[in-house]
Amino acid sequence: MTTTLDHPSYNFNVVRQFTVMTVIWGIVGTLVGVLIAAQLIWPALNFETPWLTYSRLRPLHTNAVIFAFGTSALFATSYYVVQRTCKTTLFGGKLAAFTFWGWQAVIVLAVITLPLGYTSSKEYAELEWPIDILIAVVWVSYAIVFFGTLVKRKTSHIYVANWFFGGFILTVAVLHIGNSMVIPVSMMKSYSIYSGAIDAMMQWWYGHNAVGFLLTAGFLGMMYYFVPKQAERPVYSYRLSIVHFWALVSLYIWAGPHHLHYTALPDWAQSVGMVMSIVLFLPSWGGMINGIMTLSGAWHKLRHDPILRFLIVSLSFYGMSTFEGPMMAIKSVNALSHYTDWTIGHVHSGALGWVAMVSIGAMYHLIPVLFNQGRMYSIRLINIHFWMHTAGIILYIVAMWISGVMQGLMWRAVNTDGTLTYSFVESLIASKPFYFIRFVGGVLVVAGFILMAYNMFKTIRAKDGSLKPVDVA
Amino acid sequence: MMMDYGTLRGLIALLILALFIVIVVWSYSKKRKSAFDDAANSIFEEKVEIKHNDKNNKQETNNV
Repeated sequence: MTTTLDHPSYNFNVVRQFTVMTVIWGIVGTLVGVLIAAQLIWPALNFETPWLTYSRLRPLHTNAVIFAFGTSALFATSYYVVQRTCKTTLFGGKLAAFTFWGWQAVIVLAVITLPLGYTSSKEYAELEWPIDILIAVVWVSYAIVFFGTLVKRKTSHIYVANWFFGGFILTVAVLHIGNSMVIPVSMMKSYSIYSGAIDAMMQWWYGHNAVGFLLTAGFLGMMYYFVPKQAERPVYSYRLSIVHFWALVSLYIWAGPHHLHYTALPDWAQSVGMVMSIVLFLPSWGGMINGIMTLSGAWHKLRHDPILRFLIVSLSFYGMSTFEGPMMAIKSVNALSHYTDWTIGHVHSGALGWVAMVSIGAMYHLIPVLFNQGRMYSIRLINIHFWMHTAGIILYIVAMWISGVMQGLMWRAVNTDGTLTYSFVESLIASKPFYFIRFVGGVLVVAGFILMAYNMFKTIRAKDGSLKPVDVA
Repeated sequence: MMMDYGTLRGLIALLILALFIVIVVWSYSKKRKSAFDDAANSIFEEKVEIKHNDKNNKQETNNV
């Protein structure tokens, strides 16, 4: 046990560190995304350098946004929420600081090894085995700090946000360790212990649950604290939040096979994945309604508060993605959508719409609290950021929807004699204008993040308490 | 008699379904209402002193 017993003295230092890094990694991750989006229009942008090719930067982009930006946001908010709701400081003393430096080390190693071409070739789990071991050590430390704090809490009840954070931490540990089982052949090369269809099944059990637990359950934990806090009213239905939690965690784990429709995976497993993905619609929308209805009777707050707007619009995107996802998991729809840009559009409506917007909202709520201010340096800039980010997402996903459905239709079109109507290159040429629209959307998102960083540093550097909260009627 | 794999999985599925129904009934029971209302409001009650140990041990009230 720690020594602070006299009055609640929270460990906000680690929260501050993760908060600042969230914004910085947000810029880096989306900037790499914009670069590879540009490469799809202007291939010369790889400068004939292997390190800058699409194939090596694409995993860097996904790792940076998911594990650097998203997971830093989860570390920051889970450490903050667990302390505030348990009314006690973090368990484990220096272990929390270790999770920060350890996690940043993982990210730096990813930034170095991925462009050099070191990869296990497993999507969202590309990092090679020495880094995987470091991830496992940091993650177990994270679990010890988080659950240790829950154990020594000063309150009797464990607030629902902590259930979601706890579920996310526990499951990601199991997923990462399970999927990363390899036989190393050298320092930077290894082979999975799974083979064939089983390897594919393991990979998408991991891959989809990284979406389900890291990118969904974790951020729902964020939602259940920051939406009520920012709206200044309790969550719409606490009972629904409990049912939401148990339904979500018990269903998500089965949905992975929808990534493997019409492959060597046994048909029954594909069908199970499809059915479970459709059922998943229910808890997803239960949670979305619970979050949005928290504002019931206080909708006018959306007019004045861009932070609340970030949080509520994130839930709208969450609802949209969790309707689109089950639909795309239906085998006949998947036959059209899979391997096309539609999937990319779907992922980004979830990632930029749900994950990034709820994180940005939470960060704008957190930064003034952590740095002794009544509000952010500029509310106007938050508002501009909101509109840039929203416009960016809409350009992005609409472009990908059109391009994706078009690709799907062109690839499956056959002439009466059974030959393909279009060559692959013809579909690429048709997609090119939409790649440009996507690029413009991405630029807006990056520019928004840069505004956010400016706003954050101005808030941090302002004299303590000099930024007074604005009261709106 | 040994139960075969399929039957076992079926029974586990039923068990989990029953467990889920119990959770729903429990969380929506009238008895739990006030406790859950308290829990939902718990995030607003804290007006605690936060010690910023890295900033000259200054203390201040923060109820955000």
